Amino acid sequence: MAYHGLPIKSLGETPLLGEGATFRSITEAVSRVTENAAPRGWWVAFLIAFNFTGIMGLAIAYLFWTGVGVWGNNAPVYWAWDITNFVWWIGIGHAGTLISAVLFLFRQKWRTAINRFAEAMTIFAVICALIFPGIHVGRVWHAYYLFPLPNEMQLWPNFKSPLIWDIFAVSTYFTVSLLFWYVGLIPDLATLRDRARNMIRKRIYGALALGWRGSNRAWQNYERAYLILAALSTPLVLSVHSVVSFDFATSVMPGWHTTIFPPYFVAGAVFSGFAMVMTLMLVTRAVYGVRSIVTLKHLELMNKIMLVTGSLVGYAYGMEFFIAWYSGNEYELYVFKNRATGPYAWAYWTMISCNVISPQLFWFKKLRTSIPVMFVISIAINVGMWFERFVIIVTSLHRDFLPSSWGYFRPTLVDIFTYLGTLGFFFTAFLLFIRWVPMIAIAEVKGVLPEADPHYHPEEHGAEAAPVAGQAAEPLAATAEE
Amino acid sequence: MAKNKKPALLLAEFDTTPTLIHAAEKLRDAGYKSFDTHTPFPVHGMDAAMGLPDSKLGPMVFAGGLAGFTTAFVMIWWMNGVDYPLVVGGKPPFSIPSMVPILFELTVLFSSITAVLGMFHLNRIPQHHHPIFNSSRFDAASDDKFFVSVGTDDPKFDLDKTKRLLESVHCTHIELIHDDDSPAEELSLGHAEAS
Repeated sequence: MAYHGLPIKSLGETPLLGEGATFRSITEAVSRVTENAAPRGWWVAFLIAFNFTGIMGLAIAYLFWTGVGVWGNNAPVYWAWDITNFVWWIGIGHAGTLISAVLFLFRQKWRTAINRFAEAMTIFAVICALIFPGIHVGRVWHAYYLFPLPNEMQLWPNFKSPLIWDIFAVSTYFTVSLLFWYVGLIPDLATLRDRARNMIRKRIYGALALGWRGSNRAWQNYERAYLILAALSTPLVLSVHSVVSFDFATSVMPGWHTTIFPPYFVAGAVFSGFAMVMTLMLVTRAVYGVRSIVTLKHLELMNKIMLVTGSLVGYAYGMEFFIAWYSGNEYELYVFKNRATGPYAWAYWTMISCNVISPQLFWFKKLRTSIPVMFVISIAINVGMWFERFVIIVTSLHRDFLPSSWGYFRPTLVDIFTYLGTLGFFFTAFLLFIRWVPMIAIAEVKGVLPEADPHYHPEEHGAEAAPVAGQAAEPLAATAEE
Repeated sequence: MAKNKKPALLLAEFDTTPTLIHAAEKLRDAGYKSFDTHTPFPVHGMDAAMGLPDSKLGPMVFAGGLAGFTTAFVMIWWMNGVDYPLVVGGKPPFSIPSMVPILFELTVLFSSITAVLGMFHLNRIPQHHHPIFNSSRFDAASDDKFFVSVGTDDPKFDLDKTKRLLESVHCTHIELIHDDDSPAEELSLGHAEAS
């Protein structure tokens, strides 16, 4: 599926965009969402989401006022929903970077229809993730101890701890994602500026577009910057979830101390992120009628990625069990038996059904091209991936080495409200993004139209065969096939 | 023509990318230096058509990455190895393997910031004012039209000759733009068909 320039008919490729898409129709379809009044459904969703954001604020305020005792965390389960939610949110963010950076490097041009969307999701998900380590430290007024800043104790952080690696990894990830997103937005903000008819829009989009003129001298540096950011983000996204997994893997807890964690966490992150993109995309696509830009083909390709990453995750679950037995370590084996048959077996089997079984349905073309099926499966995967983190964290902790320190974790209302609140915040931010920012990368989508090719001649259709210097380096020059 | 000031640039409009590329090649071959093309998306092959040298961004980012790596190395060495030696798990206070994640993260962070700020610098953005925005037709440069602008400061610039050159590559519209807030001055298209 190289999808480069003109589709290769002999490989069964079809055009990336629906019939009748033109430069003008793309500009129209994307820009008018930010220009017309929001539909009623947007307001309903926004008010619900905004209310939950308020609930998050109250839950966090109560936590600060009273202390972390308001959560269900207690001996022996010191990490519970806080870290589960942190890892879940970070994981969701990873699909955005994968789509925007990794698929860009692989020249997967179909990504242009969904990358803006997924990058926005990344940023909001990482903000939600960052809330949890910030508030779980107990004495929040000392939260700055997380950073290597001078403090009254004259202490510096322990740089041998994976927890500080995590601080650096996640904050770098957030910054780079934000930069990447904004750089991608500049040409599209210029489009909105040029279409603006009232002064306020002209001023705001004008300022944000930085005076962009679509000049080729600027495009040259712009494309180079984009390429470099993609090349930097690719190892970065792999490092972030690897470092998150080090928080567990470098400890000596049975169930955590495994070398498979970094790749397994990364695969899971991409898996859950694609599921979240899919959930959001299906709703937005139906509401805003951008079906000619985000086609069924895009959705099918995303489902295939979910099938791959879901199978990787399933393999990792199996391998963890195998190694627990093969290692001959009785504590390790006990933890895994306890996961599948112990008091948290219900969580374990929820995880297995959602993450391992449900994506396997995507082997069937009928199912992976059915909108209702993919919607249900994408939700199931989101649920399953939350349970994966819950299972890893809580089942490994709840039975310590001595039966005298065994326990059963139950969340409190504050736990639940904080989590639902971050979902509210995520959707609030997302709805605002859809309302005010071009949700599809206008300039990039135009670039994959056949008319964008400098050798496009509707009459002779690709008869010209002289490749231009800029194209020679690319694997499948559009001019070669027909 | 009530202008006594020199106009800023000549702006020609095109409908398709192949004609635009052709126009850029013609201007390049005629020896123009101060010209640019304006497109709603990057057009492949345009850098070669305009005869542009490679972007200077790469070396800048390399320097930024090096700075990030050095910052991380010196910070960890000084904080954990010198100022507050901390022995954890019997490991030496200053140990390189455990520095790898942060060395990597800061290298990426500094490189990315350099890539963005470097791109801003090379493109001279944010830019508050540019005469090209005096053209009301130029709004379409971010929608579905393609433009060539030739600066009047180009040594090769000659209103008649340049106009004829742009007409010969089938521009669909041409106008003269002044660097004040006056609207663009439309020029009538001659029918000079060059071979």
